[in-house]
Amino acid sequence: MKLGFLVDLNLCMGCKGCEIACKVENEVPLSTWRLRVKYIDLGTFPDTRRSFTPLRCNHCESAPCERICPVSALHYLENGIVNIDSARCIGCAGCMMACPYGAIYMDPETNTADKCTYCAHRIESGMMPACVVACPVEANIFGDLEDDHSNISLYIMEHKGAVQVRKPEKHTNPHHYYVGGGNQTLNPLAHQRIEGYNLFNNITHLDHVGDKNHGILDRFLAPFVGHDTPDNVSFIESATSEESHEQEGGH
Amino acid sequence: MVENAIHATQAVVTLDVPIQGIVWGSIITVNMWAKSIGTGVVFLAAFLWFRHNKEDMPNLRWAMPIIAFLALNVFLLFTLIDLHQPYRMINIFLHPHWTSSITVGAWLASIFLGLISILMFIGVGEKFPGVPFKGCLLTKFGRNNGPLYEKLMPFLIFLAIPVTTYTAIIMAQSSARELWQAPTEVMQMMWAALMAGSAALIFISGEWTKEARKDLALILALSTFFSFGMYMSEYFFSFKSSEAEAVLAFVHSGGSYNIEFWIGMTLGFIIPFFIAVGNMKSDNKTLLKFAAILALVGLFLVKDVWLKIPQMLPLS
Repeated sequence: MKLGFLVDLNLCMGCKGCEIACKVENEVPLSTWRLRVKYIDLGTFPDTRRSFTPLRCNHCESAPCERICPVSALHYLENGIVNIDSARCIGCAGCMMACPYGAIYMDPETNTADKCTYCAHRIESGMMPACVVACPVEANIFGDLEDDHSNISLYIMEHKGAVQVRKPEKHTNPHHYYVGGGNQTLNPLAHQRIEGYNLFNNITHLDHVGDKNHGILDRFLAPFVGHDTPDNVSFIESATSEESHEQEGGH
Repeated sequence: MVENAIHATQAVVTLDVPIQGIVWGSIITVNMWAKSIGTGVVFLAAFLWFRHNKEDMPNLRWAMPIIAFLALNVFLLFTLIDLHQPYRMINIFLHPHWTSSITVGAWLASIFLGLISILMFIGVGEKFPGVPFKGCLLTKFGRNNGPLYEKLMPFLIFLAIPVTTYTAIIMAQSSARELWQAPTEVMQMMWAALMAGSAALIFISGEWTKEARKDLALILALSTFFSFGMYMSEYFFSFKSSEAEAVLAFVHSGGSYNIEFWIGMTLGFIIPFFIAVGNMKSDNKTLLKFAAILALVGLFLVKDVWLKIPQMLPLS
């Protein structure tokens, strides 16, 4: 069994239901996302179009994150899922450097790497991933790629040449496919991130990796003296700070 | 809206979550910089002992392991403090995953530090019998096992090669960052080790013969020249990958780290090269030490830039 995902971007309407369902199901902390839906505007007014692209871990067959993890915290499950054992993770961030899709984050509560696991705990109990259940238009198609009669296999067969993966040149062989995507939606270099033009905010880069209140000294002292759990206030302060984008190290 | 201002074929992100900025920062730069010194002095010592009599560099036997020991401890300390869960570093030894260059490097660097420590006990034990205190078992062990120094040295030189270059393989395994390619990074690490090693030994070469110091200047000149050449060819001619090209186009256009890069290049590579070449004819100890300081500062700045710039690219 090799589990895979397919997102039909022609169906996705950007409701972010999957994003919220993932957050709730996996208790993903503030300032981090396992699954996100990116809005991209194409064309020039009045001939414009908005596309919605859900982005999550690609569960690659040749996963660079699994290869670089020094302690096997990232590992393959028999069903093809690239799973993570946060209890073993040392927080070196090697996986964050290796993942070409930017799908791994440093959990600000545990200070260990984390990512989408295709809801491995739900799969184990015979349930579908939370994002699949939440999608109102069934744009997320999930199933066994090795079963010719599974929904995902039939969908891939039906759309054949229109099925794409992100960054095929990386030779990671992702188990996550898109239908209805194009270079401008799937290639991060083909679209611009312009400061101040986001719909609801103008924050483009996080200014911290993991917990921003957990400095180098805290990393050594935390097991003995405990550590304050980050709260909403600290993240709101972070979000409303007037630090410029250049200062944050992005472009 | 922004759509008024962009070309019809362009696309613009109008809603997304904040993406990660720089994940591996200056802590990792210190890590790489200190490791270059730690392994570089071993290469340089081997070269000098091959070319000259031991009497030409009387303090090299005990000073080289001390410099390497200190530099390697800085390197390991900064490796540790960069971890978000530093106490779990032990997992690398309890649950090693051998496809990871981080694992291989941690093991090799630990063995390398162990061997350097033995050399240090021998060197210090022979030279300073009362240090750190009379009857110290470690220096006593060193004093009684002097011939072990020469026996361990070949293993140390051999081990210094993977310890120097494994970071380049980590960078190559970081497949999200196209700017870092294994062949060039491996050679850059080797040149950096020779550059940092020669610069570090210049500070203890005051009592050496002129010929030995001339060799140090030669290695400094060669390593700065070839390293500079590699950086320039990468900086201007990385056309093979769209990601590397995009990163460098941003830096070329005066973006972040452009100034730091050129200051580093000028201080660490161009000026030390000319001083070192000049010093091979006229033996000016003070000027050579100045070149060594500049080389170490410049190397740090350039390594810092090269580490950070590919991380500014949005990956998704």
